[in-house]
Amino acid sequence: MNEQFEPNVVAFLCNWCSYAGADLAGTSRIQYPENLNVIRVMCSGRVNPLFVMNALQQGADGVLISGCHPGDCHYMEGNFYARRRFTLMKELLEYVGVEPGRFNMSWVSASEGSKWKDVVQEVVEKAKEAGPFEQFRRNKINW
Amino acid sequence: MNNKPKIGVYVCHCGINIAKTVDVDAVTEFASHLPNVKVARNYSYMCSDPGQLLIREDIKKEGLNRVVVASCSPRMHELTFRKTLAETGLNPYYLEMANIREQCSWVHEDRDRATSKAKKLVASAVSKVRLLEPLQEKEVDVEPATLIIGGGIAGIQAALDIAEAGFKVYLVEKTPSIGGRMSQLDKTFPTLDCSACILTPKMVDVAGHPNIELFTYSQVEDVSGYVGNFDVKVRRKARYVDMDKCTGCGACAQECRLAGRIPNDFDAGIGKRGAIYLPFPQAVPAKYTIDSTRCLFLTRGKCGKSPKCVDACAAGAINFEQKDEIVEFKVGAIIVATGFDVFDASRKPEYGYNDYENVITALELERLVSASGPTGGNIVIGTGDNAFVPKEVAFISCVGSRDKSVGNEYCSRVCCMYTAKLAHLVKEKLPEANVRVYYMDVRAFGKGFEEFYDRVRREGVRYIRGNPSEVFKRGDKLVIKAENTLTSTPLEDEVDLVVLAVGLEPRKDAREIIDLLRLSQSADRFYLEAHPKLAPVNTATDGVFLAGVAQGPKDIPDTVAQAKGAASSALVLLSSGKVKIGAQISSVNEATCRGCGFCVEICPYGAIELVTVNRMGHPVSVARVNEALCKGCGACAAGCLSGSIQQKSFMDRQILPQIAALGGMR
Repeated sequence: MNEQFEPNVVAFLCNWCSYAGADLAGTSRIQYPENLNVIRVMCSGRVNPLFVMNALQQGADGVLISGCHPGDCHYMEGNFYARRRFTLMKELLEYVGVEPGRFNMSWVSASEGSKWKDVVQEVVEKAKEAGPFEQFRRNKINW
Repeated sequence: MNNKPKIGVYVCHCGINIAKTVDVDAVTEFASHLPNVKVARNYSYMCSDPGQLLIREDIKKEGLNRVVVASCSPRMHELTFRKTLAETGLNPYYLEMANIREQCSWVHEDRDRATSKAKKLVASAVSKVRLLEPLQEKEVDVEPATLIIGGGIAGIQAALDIAEAGFKVYLVEKTPSIGGRMSQLDKTFPTLDCSACILTPKMVDVAGHPNIELFTYSQVEDVSGYVGNFDVKVRRKARYVDMDKCTGCGACAQECRLAGRIPNDFDAGIGKRGAIYLPFPQAVPAKYTIDSTRCLFLTRGKCGKSPKCVDACAAGAINFEQKDEIVEFKVGAIIVATGFDVFDASRKPEYGYNDYENVITALELERLVSASGPTGGNIVIGTGDNAFVPKEVAFISCVGSRDKSVGNEYCSRVCCMYTAKLAHLVKEKLPEANVRVYYMDVRAFGKGFEEFYDRVRREGVRYIRGNPSEVFKRGDKLVIKAENTLTSTPLEDEVDLVVLAVGLEPRKDAREIIDLLRLSQSADRFYLEAHPKLAPVNTATDGVFLAGVAQGPKDIPDTVAQAKGAASSALVLLSSGKVKIGAQISSVNEATCRGCGFCVEICPYGAIELVTVNRMGHPVSVARVNEALCKGCGACAAGCLSGSIQQKSFMDRQILPQIAALGGMR
């Protein structure tokens, strides 16, 4: 794969743990790749599988969903829903031919700024390996 | 009203915090060409008064009806800018923030790439703000009462402050008496105030205060509800002693067949008690408790011919039929003051805490020097014929603190000073003894601390810089092996008594409170505050506050200060009597809802129910959200098959354009 390829990763972070953890990484000035852009939701349980499909369709080369550690959800069980939903979704994506490295889930708490860096690095690295994703792109569909 | 979006984009320099890495002019220029953007500006500090004025003036002059602020995290300043919007009469929820500081300029170095990422984030925010809808915040009444969990000095102080202000307090303590760790101490550094003398009056005040309802030997079982309106269930464990009848005379404890045979937790296991006991003489309430795990009658159903305590009790207070009792009440605020555990010294096996009886922890020494302790304040090690008075005494500091090998990187903040205090007390009680302290660094940072440390050294306590590697036995002496790192000389030191200055750790049962109140832990495993500097007593859960060591190690003055802070935060809620609750909750489009009930099952709060409505003359079942119960997680929205239930401000049709903008397909 092209060494110069810079993937575009869309991440959905829950407000209470992962978004706060990413903020902590910022406050601690921990450096990580620029390839990941964040959309804040209140809970990882809010993330509709549609969002993942949509992101892949709209030009993302990878997707990350990150929430509170299982059991620590601010809304009691939202991340359990996310875990179930996206375990299933991961299999579906693999079935339709999306490389497994493009779709990631992680649990990052509000105090894990350095773990957030590791997660971003890993996700970006995996997306880089998988290369540009064009299967789902709207402009590729030949009516 | 013409509601065509007119967006103002405001890019903040944050001094150089953002401007250094992100080309703010380029971002502003880029934003000005985005659809529906009427104004795009940048300014050095958007959150400052002139910055906010800029927004307000544009709203008035340019007729803006949507605002995007590209600056720090929304967790930092979303409320600030919402207020700015509200001041001009614009709905505060017409605001979206792009986080170009914490998640862009601070974490990236390459200026070009950071700038293009910032552009993307701004584009994403603009595409969402266009579709935001005005929301109304609801106000609910606040139940004028507070639950305080933990009856140590933090809980006691917070309870007294709130009760004095005229509000009801429910103080729940797990053990049979309030007082906590402070009641175990003999003297307090650096003033050498007698701990009991300054604490017990407060304990008595708590017990006698008309606004405080005290639950000792009790546990919080369940908390539900939300800020201002928490429903609390407390289990009052059976004491097997009638609190109204018990006079605290102690006749029962003398007669108990197990008297003097069970290690007393209060005395750090050195003193012994019976199965029926009062943890310490000044306990509040001064009522006896039967330890149901040890009492012969309760464990075996038989205690001689009849339980001796029953015969001894003139008041007839003993009642083996007593059952746990569940008490329910409502509160508006909760303060968590659950305190700490001391580090378990057996986790540092090299110091031989488990092997030698003359290796003790500082808390044990604290009980030994205490006049009300098991030895009446005499420093005597061992029992019976083997008992001896130590002559050579060594302290080892930082046991279980600043030590990665046991997982505690943090400084416990009290050990340096309590070591100095105990060294002073040993010198005072045993003038002939030679006392030395093995230390890494001495951190005497508080008011009067350095002066006290100097005084102790002048009294003849030797400070040796070096972390001992091992403690072992040679003859009847203990040998400390260490290196004096100031002179680079290895040394072996023969002593009679080794005192381990153990650090503070989160309580082993810390998890229970986390599950109960949805708290988070910081990296050191203590409870996480909402912001380390600006909201040190708040938590991520509105209406729940932290006080004392539960939030992180601190000494008594700091604990009291924080408890007063938590009390005042709770009082802000209680005395205003009203609280605004989240507007970003779910709502149902009843025209498309087909009443499948998926969301009803998903909702963790039971906030959704199915109701029957009339749709063109036909009764149909649809979901309806109870707005007081909904917390706005959005789990229902992700589960809805028809997209009929949506979370306000996080609707599918608001998030999808964000995704498109980030994907670059707009």
